[in-house]
Amino acid sequence: MSEKVSPLRQPAAPASAAALVREVAGLVVAALNLDLAPADIDADAPLYGEGLGLDSIDILEIALVVSKQYGVQLRADSEENERIFGSLRRLADYITAHRTK
Amino acid sequence: MPILATQFLADLTRVARLLGGGGHVLNACADRYHFTVGLAASLVSGKVSLLPSTHTPEVIRQLIAFAPDVVCLSDEADCGIDLPRVPFPGAAAAGSASPAPVPAIDTAQLAACVFTSGSTGTPVPHRKSWGRLIACVREEANRLGLSGSTCAIVATVPPQHMYGFESSVLLALGCGHALCAERPFYPADIAAVLCAVPRPRILVSTPIHLRALLESGTALPPADLIVSSTAPLTPQLAAEVEQRFNTRLLEIYGSTETGQISARRPTHTPEWRLWPGVTLSVRDGETWAQGGHIEQPTRLCDVLEMTGEETFLLHGRVADLVNIAGKRSSLAYLNQQLNCIPGVLDGAFFHFDDSRASHPGVARVAACVVAPQLDAARVVQELRRRIDPVFLPRPLLLVARLPRTSTGKLPQEALRSLAAAHLKSGGLP
Repeated sequence: MSEKVSPLRQPAAPASAAALVREVAGLVVAALNLDLAPADIDADAPLYGEGLGLDSIDILEIALVVSKQYGVQLRADSEENERIFGSLRRLADYITAHRTK
Repeated sequence: MPILATQFLADLTRVARLLGGGGHVLNACADRYHFTVGLAASLVSGKVSLLPSTHTPEVIRQLIAFAPDVVCLSDEADCGIDLPRVPFPGAAAAGSASPAPVPAIDTAQLAACVFTSGSTGTPVPHRKSWGRLIACVREEANRLGLSGSTCAIVATVPPQHMYGFESSVLLALGCGHALCAERPFYPADIAAVLCAVPRPRILVSTPIHLRALLESGTALPPADLIVSSTAPLTPQLAAEVEQRFNTRLLEIYGSTETGQISARRPTHTPEWRLWPGVTLSVRDGETWAQGGHIEQPTRLCDVLEMTGEETFLLHGRVADLVNIAGKRSSLAYLNQQLNCIPGVLDGAFFHFDDSRASHPGVARVAACVVAPQLDAARVVQELRRRIDPVFLPRPLLLVARLPRTSTGKLPQEALRSLAAAHLKSGGLP
């Protein structure tokens, strides 16, 4: 069976990026005791405030998990942070760019 | 870059001119130096600083009812607070004007008003006079062993919260210490800010930040004292903090109503020692604090056991109290806010199960809600307008009815059972 690839189709993200998003979702759910499945987190919804509804205590907890798991120490450069916690996908992108383990 | 006293005096004079003719200021400055300038500017112009624990639209509405002339001093371009706004001014050109004199503030002057959530839905104001605030932190300086030295204070807690207000801003103003303007949040930031200030230096923090700091793997710079409050540290964490920073860790206990009233070194003793002049008494099973800097006899929201004239053990919170990461509320207040939402027929908050807490000091509250016309997201959205986000229920469960007894009472245990059954079945019971 041949597969037709539309020229309009966006290049697919590498499989590892999607896998990392899933992995980070799992870490977030476990660290925060959230009553939802990792797959239920919209990868593009904001983590802070109105989106997933996390607050600063949660963000600190996520920062801790991320530092332990990937060796990424988050810093409070505010604009950068708004971007990083803009969504699960952006957090995963940031980890990919800065991970040391 | 250090800021000298002459600069501070010039800045407070400048800000005092901007505050207008009203009698109250909501000081929302995020930068600790800006906050301190705002406080001093309010003091010299006879205005009261209002320090609510949160800035939700509902709290701001209640603040206006309390003080219609209130203005908001803010150093953020989009502070989002619906009040007449006084932007914190940009840095002044280095002036050649002669330095302003150090102002003398009457000890009886009403300096600040802090608020706790009352059970009726209206925040309860607690008035703080300048003299008593300063008397309290001078005793704190004694207890922390700071007398006779000038320290640099780095704090991870906001200046608007009673603990941060006292242990960073007032400790610096009242006892001649230096204050660090930053409020570092992430472990790497805390370490960097601490590293950047001269010794002796103090870190004023909470169990949540200290635990994150230790577990993050960040290299810790030496510190000369660690101070913690908002929730008791576990003995293990206390010992590890002392070991890793190679210094003393002291814990402060107090409340928004009383300010701080006692301290201990948890690696040496579980007993808290009261500030001199402060006494505790037990009436009808409730503990009251009075004397010393305390403005009026105040019921404490924790269960205390006296072990001597000046010492006590802390046994946890009174059932109605909610303390999440140092933010206090009561189930009664949260219930009142929940039941004000159009479409909510009945609803109640409860302490679910502390063992579910992700880390110490952060046992969240849950809620069962009867609201056939609403979905959970909508109820949470409405709550977000009214209460601080740390109190948002986890989880919020929509149920057919609450397990009220025949007299209408709602035992916490019944709510926990209902919630457990609900989560197990995954739907409306």
